[in-house]
Amino acid sequence: MKTAPFEYSRPATLDEACALLAADPDSRLIAGGQTLVPMMAMRLARPSRLIDIQRIPELRGIREDGDVVVIGAATRQMETERSALVTSKLPLLAAAIVWVGHAPTRARGTVGGSIANADPAAEIPLVLATLGGHVVVKEGGTRRDVSMPDLVLGPMTTSVPAAGCIVEARFPVWKDKRVGVGFHEVSARKSDFAYVSAAAQVALDETGRCTRLAIGIGGATPVPTRLDSVESALEGQILTAEKVRAALVAATADIEIMRDSHASDAYRRRVAVGLGQRAIMDAAANSKGGPA
Amino acid sequence: MKVELKVNGATHAAEVETRTTLLDCIRDNLNLTGVHTGCEHGVCGACTVLIDGEPARSCLMFACQADGYEITTIEALAPAPGELGVIQDAFCEMHGMQCGYCTPAMILTAHALLKRNAAPTRDDIVDAISGNICRCTGYGQIVESIELAALRIRGTNEANTP
Repeated sequence: MKTAPFEYSRPATLDEACALLAADPDSRLIAGGQTLVPMMAMRLARPSRLIDIQRIPELRGIREDGDVVVIGAATRQMETERSALVTSKLPLLAAAIVWVGHAPTRARGTVGGSIANADPAAEIPLVLATLGGHVVVKEGGTRRDVSMPDLVLGPMTTSVPAAGCIVEARFPVWKDKRVGVGFHEVSARKSDFAYVSAAAQVALDETGRCTRLAIGIGGATPVPTRLDSVESALEGQILTAEKVRAALVAATADIEIMRDSHASDAYRRRVAVGLGQRAIMDAAANSKGGPA
Repeated sequence: MKVELKVNGATHAAEVETRTTLLDCIRDNLNLTGVHTGCEHGVCGACTVLIDGEPARSCLMFACQADGYEITTIEALAPAPGELGVIQDAFCEMHGMQCGYCTPAMILTAHALLKRNAAPTRDDIVDAISGNICRCTGYGQIVESIELAALRIRGTNEANTP
């Protein structure tokens, strides 16, 4: 299984990379290559030129910027997994990242690559969507912020223009005193594509009432889907399994759920409620300051 | 195009096509055939090498992307020709291989695990090798081999040198 021939460029700066990308509509960016290279090996992708952005300094690194943690697009997933900043400020990403592929693919695969690929089963875009984060997209000389609902249009489809490059992902940090997270996934085997995944982050006040809640569903839906009505239904409440379940059943009743030969839409909808409930109850239980 | 790769501590120059994978370059240009060609699309793990000490699939990287990294193959793990490293020895002793096709990748993956975690639990080991397929399905003995190697490395007075 060999790829078709291509030209290879490794520009030193992001500006050069964007110029190369704009000059040839059949060129593609490559960073970790953990999805693009298999696609090329199977000849499902046949770029004329690979523009290697892996080592461009402005695309790498993890830093705190006010109320967000910024992760450069070419930052490896494994660097994120081992980052003390991510562990302390983005516990939901820390919980989800170990579900991304295997350790050997996380050693090369990047955060921006996973978002740009927009696989419905991908964990990193799900966390970004759940937390209401956004990415910065550069095209030519302009940079703009793009929210996840505006970025991911459908399975493997984003609004990033052909000559655009995701520069960084900006994950909101919750500064609430008691924050907990939960992440669950069902797939055929560990690290395979998720049929359903659920990510939840919850903040409680000192009496154990829910002050903030974010819940997102992936795998089952064509795009990572944040269920906002669950938050409005549960805000101010003591979280119980029954209340959480009722809110999730209502929130998932009418959303589009995918089906394929592995799992029906009815199954996925049911599992979305089950995993969502587990994720929220886990988040409530492990919120800092003790169980709710 | 010309590439310079640092493999097992030595710098090698090779003339390759841009589409030549790191895997094919190591096997065909550098004649290090301990790295095995499996599925060639990132699923089986047979082509695992260490890149800056971390297991990675050499079929999912082009040789032209690999300059500047420290690449380690199974050939670097034996202390001398005809001798075996601790993990290799443990694989022999515990029957950690049947056909041997996945073995170099399993051993490199175990090597990286034991460098980072000298006392891995069974779950740690299972998780570490979960990206490597053994089509003989001899996982039980592979896990036991890594457990034995870990025990032996911990039992020596030397620094951790799997």
